This record gives sequence, C-alpha cells and structure tokens, in this order.
Amino acid sequence: MSVLTSLLAASPGDPTNPGGGLGGATSTVTNTFTAPHVEYRALMPMLVVFGAATVGILIEAFLPRTRRYWPQVGVSLAGVVVAFCFVVANHGMAETTAADAVSVDGVTLFLQGTILLLALLALLLVAERGTGLVDLDAFTAQGATTPGSGGERAADAAGLRTTEVFPLMLFSVGGMLLFPAANDLLTSFVALEVLSLPLYLLCGLARRRRLLSQEAAMKYFLLGAFSSAFFLYGVALLYGYAGSVRLSDIATAITSSPHSDVLVLAGVALLAVGLLFKVGAVPFHAWTPDVYQGAPTPITAFMAAATKVAAFGALLRITYVALPGLRWDWRPVLWGVAILTMLVGAILAITQRDIKRMLAYSAILNAGYILLGVISTTSKGVSSTLFYLAAYGFATIGAFAVVTLVRESVRGGSDSGDGGEEDSVTVGGEATDLSAWAGLGRRSPLLAACFTVFMLAFAGIPLTSGFTGKFALFTAAIDGGAWPLVIVGVIASAAAAFFYVRVIVLMYFSEPLREQGAGPIVVVPSPMTTVALTVTVALTIALGVLPQMALDLADKAAYFVQ
Amino acid sequence: MNSYAPILVLGGLAAGFAIFSVVSGMLTGPKRYNRAKLEAYECGIEPTPQPVGGGRFPVKYYLTAMLFIIFDIEIVFLYPWAVRFDSLGWFGLVEMVFFILTVFVAYGYVWRRGGLEWD
Repeated sequence: MSVLTSLLAASPGDPTNPGGGLGGATSTVTNTFTAPHVEYRALMPMLVVFGAATVGILIEAFLPRTRRYWPQVGVSLAGVVVAFCFVVANHGMAETTAADAVSVDGVTLFLQGTILLLALLALLLVAERGTGLVDLDAFTAQGATTPGSGGERAADAAGLRTTEVFPLMLFSVGGMLLFPAANDLLTSFVALEVLSLPLYLLCGLARRRRLLSQEAAMKYFLLGAFSSAFFLYGVALLYGYAGSVRLSDIATAITSSPHSDVLVLAGVALLAVGLLFKVGAVPFHAWTPDVYQGAPTPITAFMAAATKVAAFGALLRITYVALPGLRWDWRPVLWGVAILTMLVGAILAITQRDIKRMLAYSAILNAGYILLGVISTTSKGVSSTLFYLAAYGFATIGAFAVVTLVRESVRGGSDSGDGGEEDSVTVGGEATDLSAWAGLGRRSPLLAACFTVFMLAFAGIPLTSGFTGKFALFTAAIDGGAWPLVIVGVIASAAAAFFYVRVIVLMYFSEPLREQGAGPIVVVPSPMTTVALTVTVALTIALGVLPQMALDLADKAAYFVQ
Repeated sequence: MNSYAPILVLGGLAAGFAIFSVVSGMLTGPKRYNRAKLEAYECGIEPTPQPVGGGRFPVKYYLTAMLFIIFDIEIVFLYPWAVRFDSLGWFGLVEMVFFILTVFVAYGYVWRRGGLEWD
C-alpha cells in the first residue's frame, strides 16, 4: 500500500511543484515540498484490503501448507467486512485526498460498498472446498504443473491446495476499490493494473479443463496488456493537451485551451478503448466468452460482477468529471457502442450451447444497458447506473454459483471395484452444456428455482431486481434524450428474454438426459456456497419487490467531487 | 528547431555507423558456416525441437529476473528519497519504512517458498 501512497504523493498534479524542477531550477525545488495531506479515514477501505492481502502473503510464506486454508479464509473475509464497515462509516463524505489523487464522494462510496459486498460473496464461492463427501475445489493443486502431467496428478492425490487465490483476490479487490475513486489518470492506470494482474493469474488456475483455463488466462493477459497500453497512450496524449493528468484540470483545459482538439480527441478515444475493454463492450468484447468460459467459475463470477462495477465507475468519473465539455463528441460514439453491444450480446447469446458462454454474452448485453445510464449525462443517469450495477452484480454471482453445483457424473471412479452401482459414480467437472440442464427442475427443484430467479432478473421481469434496474436506466436515458437507444434496448430485452426463458423451459419442461443412466448430478455444497446463493436470491428479489431504499441510496450517492 | 539539430546529427551518425558496420562486415569478413553458427548464443532454452508432450524446461532464469525486478523497483524509489531526504522529512521517512516493509513481505515470501534456491 505504501508503494501506492508514495506514487500518489509524487503525482505530477502536485500544485506545490509545477514543472517538476527539470532545467536546473534546484534552488526553487529544495524547500517547496510540503507533505501532502492524507485523509487516512477516506483511504481506510483500500488500506484494510491491501493490508489483509499482505497478511495473506505472510500466511502463505510462514504457515505449513496444510494449515493455510482457514487462516486465509478468515483474514480475507474479515478484511472485506472491516473495509465495508469503513465505507459505511464514511457515508456522506465529499473530498479529495492524497494530493488530490483520490476522490471520495457518493459515487465512490456506493461503488466501493457494492464491490466489497460482491467480493464477499465471491470469496465464499472461492473458499468452497466441498463437504466430506465431495471435493468441490475449483482450483488446481499446483498451478505450475502442466495439464494432465504426472506431477499434477501427484499433487492432486496428495491433497495439495492452492491458497494463494485469497491474497490474489484481495489485491484485485483493492485495485477495484481504487479504480472508481481515482481522481487523476495515472492513479487510474495504477488501479487498473492492480485489479487486472491478479485476475490474469486467477483465470489460469482452474482445476478441471486446464488447457481451456490456461488459454483463457493467456488470451486475457495478452488482450488486457494491449488495452492497458491503449489506455496509457491516451493518458499521455491528454497530458500533452492539458498539461496535467488530474481530471478537473483536463476539464478546464477542454473548455479554455487554445490548442487544437486533435490531441484531446485522440487521447479520449484511446482512453475509451482501455475502459470499454474492461467493461466488455462491443467491439472490444471478443475476450469475454473465452475468458469467462475458461476461468474457474467462482473467478468468473467475481470478474463478471465486480470488475464491471469498478470499470463502469471509472468510466462514469472520467466522462462526468473530465469530459463534460466534450459531451457532443463522445456521446455519439458511445451511442454506437451501446447499440452494437446490446444487439451483438443479445443475438450471439441466443446461439450459445454452453451455459457459461451464454452468461458471458449476457454480461456483454448488460454492459450495453449500463452504457445507457452513462450516455444520459444526468444525475438520474448516474444513480440508475449505480443501482443497475449492484442489481446485475448480485444476480451474476448467484447465477454462476448455481453453475458450480451442476456437475457431470463420471461412471467408474478409480477404486470402484466392489462398490454397487451408486458408489461407482463420482463427481466430475461442471456440466456446462445446456442439454445437460434438461429436467433439472425435477432433479433439484430448489436449485432450479434459484436459477429461475436469476434468469428472470436478467430478462427484466417485474418483481425482480432486473426490472427495477432496467426501468430506472431506460427512464434516465429518455430524460437524457436518448430515446432511440431505449427502443434498441427494449428490442434487445425481448430477444434476450427468449434465451433466458429457454433455460427455464429446459429445466422444467424437458425430459432429463438419460445417457446410460448417468446424467448430471447436483452436488450439495458446504455452507459457503449455500450462504452466497441464499443472499443473492434474497437480494435479487428484495431489490425487485422493495427497491425504494436502494434507489434512494443511489439517488443520494449520485454526486461527484472535482 | 535549432536546439533539435544535435539530436538529428546524432541520429544520422548512429544510422550511418550501423549501416557502415553491417555493410563492411558483409564485404570484408570471412564466411565459414558450421553448426555452431546456427545455435542460439547464450540465449536461454533451445526453442526447437520441443521436448515430447510440451515437457519441462528450467524457469530459473525467469524467476531470478522477476526477483531482480522486485529489488530494482525498491532502489528506484529509494534513490530519489535519499537525495531529497532533508526536505521530505518525517513524512518521507515513515512512508519509506512502510514501503520497505511491504518489499520485505515479498522478500519473505520468496525466501520461504524457495525462490532463492538455485537447485
């Protein structure tokens, strides 16, 4: 964390040291340093999460391998809960701190709270190791061994466990907390990297389908590195234009600068590439299905929910704080991106046969909806975006939690010599093919009901969070004058309802698959996943039936500080 | 524009030297081909032929290079602080202590997990 604060302290936006003191002006530089005022209370959520991650690394270093799991789970959950308490305690705060590198305002606090709640639920899924009967560990025993090698099998047989995932998750969460709060573009970039680098690693750690997982990690890393480079190039151009990386300075430069607009337009375009990539908007969406499919499902849940919240937070802040003067330039571009995103997401999701890929395209589709809120450039647009991000995040984590529980059954396990018919069936990987989900409603009514709730929420059916969220977004977009976008959004929703409802029909009204009597099986998880699933179902229904409290909260939170 | 002239001259000299070296080497140097000329010269693992089934190859160099980066970054931050020690005062000292502590955490992890053992 102190790396971060020292970076922040040295940020070029420091007003006491204009020009950075090149050119031999040493005498003026020597005594002009004043320690930046750091409001530690405002930074506490991030400091706590990074601190917990550091403790996690020490646990990895100094505890024996078999005793790491529970301390890691405890430290991670405690860190996230304490950080959330600090966010709640900071409510109503509106200030910038650490040499104006971080701004803590309503939007920041709402998004940080959302990210921490989502991270808490995702951590429960990540911590799932199964009960005594079935082993549901989603992570490979040794990330370094090649898939299918003897070393991997030996590590699996020895019961080795990957516990590095917890500190990695926490570092990523810390980056996500900083991303929507970053008040200058360099801090933004640091936050983007801090949240991305652990995710690249986590994607490659799936225990089953190792090749797919490693492919996902590789693709995500390469494309993510490219998009980061675009982002950084955009930062450089904007610095060249405005002479500062601070968002408010860029905003003033745009309204008053005599320079030509080419530099700022090119800079904003490159910046947008980096941000829209993380958000997963068309035409920067191509990585999403492959990565969501290959990554371990708990990580997919975390990525799909929390990363989207953080990236949209940064997009909101940059467009609303730094670029209001360029509204007439970036709005048409985002119009196009939103229309493409909604249509491509809805149409390609219909053709998917794999449940994780379908949910990935659904994530793309939802990114399109959320862009409506960004485009509307009203305070209503901000609050509806905040609300929708929370509603979408909870439903996404829940949906992926259900995916982790529907497993393939493998007949004839390793030592099934004398066992009966039932004993020889062991739990395999996740049954992600849609055909395997046929008849799930008969097999496991409760799980199918949970998944139905999430699908209805995604489809935007009344009495679920999705309906409230979409209603708020579309109203805000109409207020902002973007009614053609709303028409496209409604058409995309209708198309999307088809594939969401198709899964429900498949679960309740289709005959279950009976290939040699071994269809998919629904496993009973440990209380971790059960809690995560219960909470997400409850929130999805609560935000649909009694949304007023959350809507008011989002309304109150829709303010920025410069 | 005038102040950029030395840079252009330097660029021209560099390009001229590179072209001169390559061309003169091509024209005057002896040409004796053998197997050793085709091998990678001190540049890590042999890229081909790949070991059967992907196989294993030593990652010691990569690990050492990554560790180098940890301590390299530490030095990058320590130098400016040391140069400006007086004016940064207590704030700088406290920040640096925290910074070095976090680097030590990384160091401890590397040390305990065997990253410093060559074999």
